[in-house]
Amino acid sequence: MSVIYLDNNATTAVAPEVLEEMAPYLRDLYGNPSSMHTFGGQVRRKIEEARARVAALIGADPDEIVFTSCGTESDNTAVMSAVETYPHRRHVVTTRVEHPAVLNFARHLARKGFRVTYLPVDSLGRLDMDALSEALDDETAVVSIMYANNETGVIFPVRRIGGLLRERGILFHTDAVQAVGKVPINVKDLPVDMLSLSGHKLHAPKGVGALYVRKGTRFHPYIIGGHQERGRRAGTENVASIIGLGKACELAMQALERESSYVGTLRDRLEQALLQLCPDAMVNGDTGNRLPNTTNISFQYVEGEAILLRLDEHGICASSGSACTSGSLQPSHVLRAMGVPFTAIHGSVRFSLSRYNTEAEIERVIEIVPAVIKELRELSPYGRNGLGQG
Amino acid sequence: MWEYSEKVKELFLHPRNVGEIENPDAVGEVGSMICGDALKLTLRIDRETERIIDAKFQTFGCASAIASSSILTELIKGKTLDEALKLTNKDIAEALGGLPKEKMHCSVMGREALEAAIADYRGEKRLVEEKGRIVCNCFEVTEEKIRKVAIENHLTTVEEITNYTKAGGDCGSCIPEIEAILKDIWSVKAPETPKRPKKMTNLQKIALIQDVIEKEIRPRLQADGGDIELIDIDGNRVIVGLRAMCVGCPSGGVTIEGIQKKLRELVSEDIVVEAQ
Repeated sequence: MSVIYLDNNATTAVAPEVLEEMAPYLRDLYGNPSSMHTFGGQVRRKIEEARARVAALIGADPDEIVFTSCGTESDNTAVMSAVETYPHRRHVVTTRVEHPAVLNFARHLARKGFRVTYLPVDSLGRLDMDALSEALDDETAVVSIMYANNETGVIFPVRRIGGLLRERGILFHTDAVQAVGKVPINVKDLPVDMLSLSGHKLHAPKGVGALYVRKGTRFHPYIIGGHQERGRRAGTENVASIIGLGKACELAMQALERESSYVGTLRDRLEQALLQLCPDAMVNGDTGNRLPNTTNISFQYVEGEAILLRLDEHGICASSGSACTSGSLQPSHVLRAMGVPFTAIHGSVRFSLSRYNTEAEIERVIEIVPAVIKELRELSPYGRNGLGQG
Repeated sequence: MWEYSEKVKELFLHPRNVGEIENPDAVGEVGSMICGDALKLTLRIDRETERIIDAKFQTFGCASAIASSSILTELIKGKTLDEALKLTNKDIAEALGGLPKEKMHCSVMGREALEAAIADYRGEKRLVEEKGRIVCNCFEVTEEKIRKVAIENHLTTVEEITNYTKAGGDCGSCIPEIEAILKDIWSVKAPETPKRPKKMTNLQKIALIQDVIEKEIRPRLQADGGDIELIDIDGNRVIVGLRAMCVGCPSGGVTIEGIQKKLRELVSEDIVVEAQ
């Protein structure tokens, strides 16, 4: 059975061109980029090429790119650097809908005595700008707000947030892991000080990420050791993956507009068809301001894990915000922050597409999903066919 | 991804006895959509023999909740009510070829629905307030339920209680209370583990003496810079060599006495320890 992969916000396929670019550096060209000899030196040059490619995708200077091991490391590094370099500022601001890489790091700081403000969002997942403005004070070391939400795809007003923070002289970090490669980003005219990105969300391999650090931003490394990355991130480079990330950024840059409109069309077709074919279904998040590849749909009266496992039988990969799929008993913190009713959170399914999805695949999903929802609703004591109402 | 047994997968994909019996003799409803799983069980009961003739279910929940409900209906069909009431959540989990530990609450939900249905049939319907004090507000779990599930399944940690009842699985504010309940249950009821086996062969005795010296005595002496070596065992005589800081230590006699006391406590009353 062939797989229909609609879980690209979780991870993506490595692009064939990326793998090809990496292969020599896993086989013959194993030199250490820090070495003096030519054998290592050629690897160094390739890493610098990758740095330039990553920088180009987001409009940065190559010097402003620090390679890391993943998006989480980039996020942790950014927030930690801010609190290390402004030791007298003991206040951190973030949102209730951040990825755990930021949210749990903020909670960790809170346990260490920092004051942390978690900004609310409205029912469409939009940030409350007034709450941000009110939260800031002289003690605020950093504001960390995601570029786009991984569960709903909702895009935050990064430009406005950055503008406000510039005026107040407060550092701004944005976790752009879900946005880079999906929407155009240019840090030249975007007031952010630090920006995180991750390889495996844009068709590079897992285990590599990058942090953009604007020139002139005070910085303190998180991983301490050797002089790699000009002292900003110690540890021998993950050479092949960094080269892969560079290639993936180049591919994204070449095709960004064409792909996002292609992917957006497929997403819209999927979303509209499912809403039309499945009664009691609704989209979570601000449909007017979203990543083109993401849709988060709640199917009332059925539970997300059951939906996913029935879809799995058909080779369809998606994810859910239900409690049973979270590894804990807590349903999605994002949908909860938005005030989505529990009855809808438990039946929420996220479909996230990529350039590799085809129209035929989407048509197949449009056939399968409504049938699965109908079957599960027939099992459920709730809903239109059931007797009780939850 | 959960590791479900083949039986769970089979019953999730092809559940049996789905639906609702018309004019049922008993109805058991547990859980709620807010909690993330709910089960409605309807029974047809022969009033003369009190035997369950038919059982059907409707479930809102994950794969293991659906499979647990399905196997429950199969397990109780043909049983008398008294026989059915003997069914435990463990029986449900075992009939499914086991459940992931985080999913044990699904088997508990099955058992609860059965109890509710039989109580309904017998006219024992109790009001919610009478079911006891709520400990976990997030999932509406009562102290009574926590105690019952803990004792029946021999649960000793909060994590296990969460896996079986969901209590403590969301905001976590009731965790200290669950800890107190567990402490209360097991400090009274935990069976005294026999520290000393009654009858031993010589080989078992030697092995136990070696074990006690290695695990109980040696680490303590080493912590004080000393050491001990077992040299021989002759009947009840245990001959040891004391090393390093212990050699010629003025309190050497005390050490020997202490070792003897420990061995008498853990191995046999008649042990005599001698230093070489």
